[in-house]
Amino acid sequence: MIREYRSTVEIAGPLMLVQGVQGVTYEELAEIELPGGELRHGRVLEVNGTLALVQVFEGSSGVDIGRSTVRFLGRGVELGVSESMLGRIFDGQGRPRAPFDTSPPVIPDRMLNINGAPMNPYARDYPAEFIQTGFSSIDGINTLVRGQKLPVFSGNGLPHSAVAAQIARQARVLGEGESFAVVFAALGITFEEADFFIRDFRSTGAMDRAVVFLNLADDPAIERIATPRMALTAAEYLAYEKDMHILVILTDMTNYCDALREISAARKEVPGRRGYPGYLYTDLSTIYERAGRIKGRKGSITQLPILSMPEDDKTHPIPDLTGYITEGQLILNRELHKKGVYPPMDVMESLSRLKDKGIGRGKTREDHSDLFNQLMAAYSSGKNARELAVILGTAALSELDQKYMKFAEEYERRYISQGSHENRGIEETLNLGWELLKLLPRSEMKRIRPEFLDKYWPVKGEAS
Amino acid sequence: MSQGRILKVAGPLVVAEGMPEARMYDVVYVSDFRLIGEIIEIKGDRASIQVYEETGGLGPGDPVYSTGEPLSVELGPGLLSSIYDGIQRPLDKVRAQAGDWITRGINIPGLDHERLWDFVPTAKPGSSVSGGSMLGTVQETDLIEHRVMVPPGIAGELLDMVPAGRYTIDSPVAKIRTASGSVADVRMCQKWPVRKARPVGEKMAPDEPMVTGQRIIDAFFPVGKGGTACVPGPFGSGKTVIQHQLAKWADAEIVVYVGCGERGNEMTDVLQEFPELQDPRSGKPLILKTVLVANTSNMPVAAREASVYTGVTIAEYYRDMGYSVALMADSTSRWAEAMREMSGRLEEMPGEEGYPAYLGTRIAEFYERAGKVRCQGGDRTGALTIVGAVSPAGGDMSDPVVQATLRVVKVFWSLQARLAYMRHFPAIGWLESYSLYVDNLGEHYARELGGDWAGMRDRSIALLQDEANLLEIARLVGAESLSAEDQLTLYTARSLREDFLHQIAFHEVDTYCSPSKQKAMLGLIMQTHEAMRAALAAGVPPRSLFEIMSRESVARARYAPEGAPEYFEKALADIRAEIAALSAAASVEGAR
Repeated sequence: MIREYRSTVEIAGPLMLVQGVQGVTYEELAEIELPGGELRHGRVLEVNGTLALVQVFEGSSGVDIGRSTVRFLGRGVELGVSESMLGRIFDGQGRPRAPFDTSPPVIPDRMLNINGAPMNPYARDYPAEFIQTGFSSIDGINTLVRGQKLPVFSGNGLPHSAVAAQIARQARVLGEGESFAVVFAALGITFEEADFFIRDFRSTGAMDRAVVFLNLADDPAIERIATPRMALTAAEYLAYEKDMHILVILTDMTNYCDALREISAARKEVPGRRGYPGYLYTDLSTIYERAGRIKGRKGSITQLPILSMPEDDKTHPIPDLTGYITEGQLILNRELHKKGVYPPMDVMESLSRLKDKGIGRGKTREDHSDLFNQLMAAYSSGKNARELAVILGTAALSELDQKYMKFAEEYERRYISQGSHENRGIEETLNLGWELLKLLPRSEMKRIRPEFLDKYWPVKGEAS
Repeated sequence: MSQGRILKVAGPLVVAEGMPEARMYDVVYVSDFRLIGEIIEIKGDRASIQVYEETGGLGPGDPVYSTGEPLSVELGPGLLSSIYDGIQRPLDKVRAQAGDWITRGINIPGLDHERLWDFVPTAKPGSSVSGGSMLGTVQETDLIEHRVMVPPGIAGELLDMVPAGRYTIDSPVAKIRTASGSVADVRMCQKWPVRKARPVGEKMAPDEPMVTGQRIIDAFFPVGKGGTACVPGPFGSGKTVIQHQLAKWADAEIVVYVGCGERGNEMTDVLQEFPELQDPRSGKPLILKTVLVANTSNMPVAAREASVYTGVTIAEYYRDMGYSVALMADSTSRWAEAMREMSGRLEEMPGEEGYPAYLGTRIAEFYERAGKVRCQGGDRTGALTIVGAVSPAGGDMSDPVVQATLRVVKVFWSLQARLAYMRHFPAIGWLESYSLYVDNLGEHYARELGGDWAGMRDRSIALLQDEANLLEIARLVGAESLSAEDQLTLYTARSLREDFLHQIAFHEVDTYCSPSKQKAMLGLIMQTHEAMRAALAAGVPPRSLFEIMSRESVARARYAPEGAPEYFEKALADIRAEIAALSAAASVEGAR
């Protein structure tokens, strides 16, 4: 049933209030036709008797009170999905996006509501399979596993886009016969950044197994509310119905939250911290929790949301609430970046909560966990020694501390740092770890079980 | 059943009109999807309803059906080993019916009404009974005997009991003639409104610790059985691991774990782990004594608000049977946020940070449902311990939820991001945390661990306090310039931190440490301290003292098996021998 109204009584920010409506439901999709014939889309945020509050995705500029027509379409916001979405580039509402994509629209296999439904916790399968990203600082230290949601906390001017593109390019699951694809959603990033991703995908052939949704900085801000949900709907279809392993990259979530704040402010809601709405946590969780695996289904969704922390402040509501929902975080560090370390991964503050179940014998290698602990401990000692050296001078350090300091330098230079097209296998990463540990006395290897120490660092003379 | 019509829909809030008979907190079914909701405000014949499911597609004019009953849970055999959502729908059956995603309008009772249970009557017909009186037993799981009780509010003469046999939870097992002369049937299943505390005979002060096997908790900041504790901390500081550790190892007979607005994968972890983990006391799978309530962050927000009440009501029911019950709520901040969201939609005047003005009252009411009690209707003692995790925004302890919680709970385990970065787990700060139960439990400790325990504990806490002060000085002048005595303080404090407080949850032995082993470990450290102090006085240089080979046995003590005092005896003997050798050498040196 389609109902048309010209009875808009109020327009404020991205919201319009339509009166005299009948049969309109919450979350219903609306079409707004401007006097010039331009079509816009909106969603019902609230219905109260005969009043409907509509949020306009493209913004309200040019909408007038007397002549614009609002049509309620009798369904929620939907995305037409099909396997032929792979290799395509869409706008924030799921239409082919010129000039990147000039092909005709995808013929949908099914129409799906973009809000999805919450996954039954009983149906979930625990993420436990290793994903190789080719970055030592991730694979070796903060291992990503299939079905995990692991955000990248970055800051302005840090190379998070390059890191994300490289992960998208290199990520693979060990084992044969698994199909892997990337769903990429750009939320309010610039044309240049988006262009960087798309060119990167195209030049490396990753585009054939990618679905891209673009909402750029000059696209309507309110559309950003829908874009990540579009991307996740496509991802769920490909993962759970087409048995694919999907990596979802959402960048930049800070822009998404700002759009949410804009709507909240326009609705005159009581603000929480820094003007963000009190339901920011719940809202973010309906995005992030759409990662995972399901018992009895082959596919999986792994999420890598990227967000830039205002003033590099981790306690800002956006990184703070994100950290409470996601299973760890990768933090990029400005100091390392200035030192020329790429990726500037802060391995101490970063954390992958699901790491333990994704590493070890049969997944990566038996010595992975011990090696990780030893590297972390050694790097921490090395950093302490470095701080001490700043105060006391290098000469005042003990011989051991000097070795640790040397280790920390080499660790940053050779282990964390790598080329933007360098794809390290997990064996290579683990062996590099051992090589670096050999800068230290063997007796310092307190966190490694003796049997692994003997195997991977045999004492000279004993080795056969 | 009266019927109204929807007037307004705004997210989880629906306003309906034409509901003159509406009562506060009555359950209603909304629209023809039959979404479950609860009335939270009434104005004239208009009722505001919080809906426990997604409201997309609802609009004005849709019907609202009132049930005339408050939100209740079903209580009876079959609760254990279950996993429920926030309003007691069994998630395994929801999956069987609706698939891998939770769709709307699913209405499945919390208990299995078909299953037959072996009921054994214990009460004698003719006796006089009242609410809480035991009628019979059912072996609910291999671990737990379910005690079938007269529901609160019914009293009179027991007319008839069924013989032992197999019954469903709906078949009457007893008849009671009440004072008014009417005859009431009692079944194994009873209903109780979640927002109302179940009655108890009498509340008592907790005088027995809940042993958790976690050293920093049991030794330094214990919680009494029937007490309350909170664990606030920023993300990544290990709140959930602590809650899981308590759920696994605490010596509670029943564990109710409420995952309130947290990660789906964490609940999956519990679900997959608990059937495999063994209860350290019985050797049986932990799941046999556990009830899980899971309302993950992406599930409807109103049901999250209800989930802690659902959990605590189930916990109270087992407490009434005379069990010691532990309730873990992770996280109460998400519960408070759900309240804030509903309050905002009701356009109530906000208190601090947008939270409703009644936040503190609700939190206090919730924790007040804990306690050690003499149960109604019998000579039984039950205890309900509540441990709530709090997730303050930005790790800021001035957060309204933290502050409101600290006003009511007696134990504060303060998680420190600083410790988490150092990979010191559990990241409970020893300087910031407190327990107000230490004095109440003193008698118990003196009996169980000996009279020297309290003094040893106090001395080690004092050492850690001294360390904090000394480290300030050491940072300025260097540790080498401290006096030998102070250097020893730093040495022992470090040993306390690394060899005692630090505990590896993922190590098969270290994950649980019995009180007697805790005492042995702490004793080893403190006796080493005394021996070293004597040696320093005898002129042994601190550096050689702190590098004795046998200190390794202190670091390895965590891996010593339970019930092996010989390990500690040998370790102490070795240390003393090595120190004695150093002292002897020093006195030779001194004599020269």
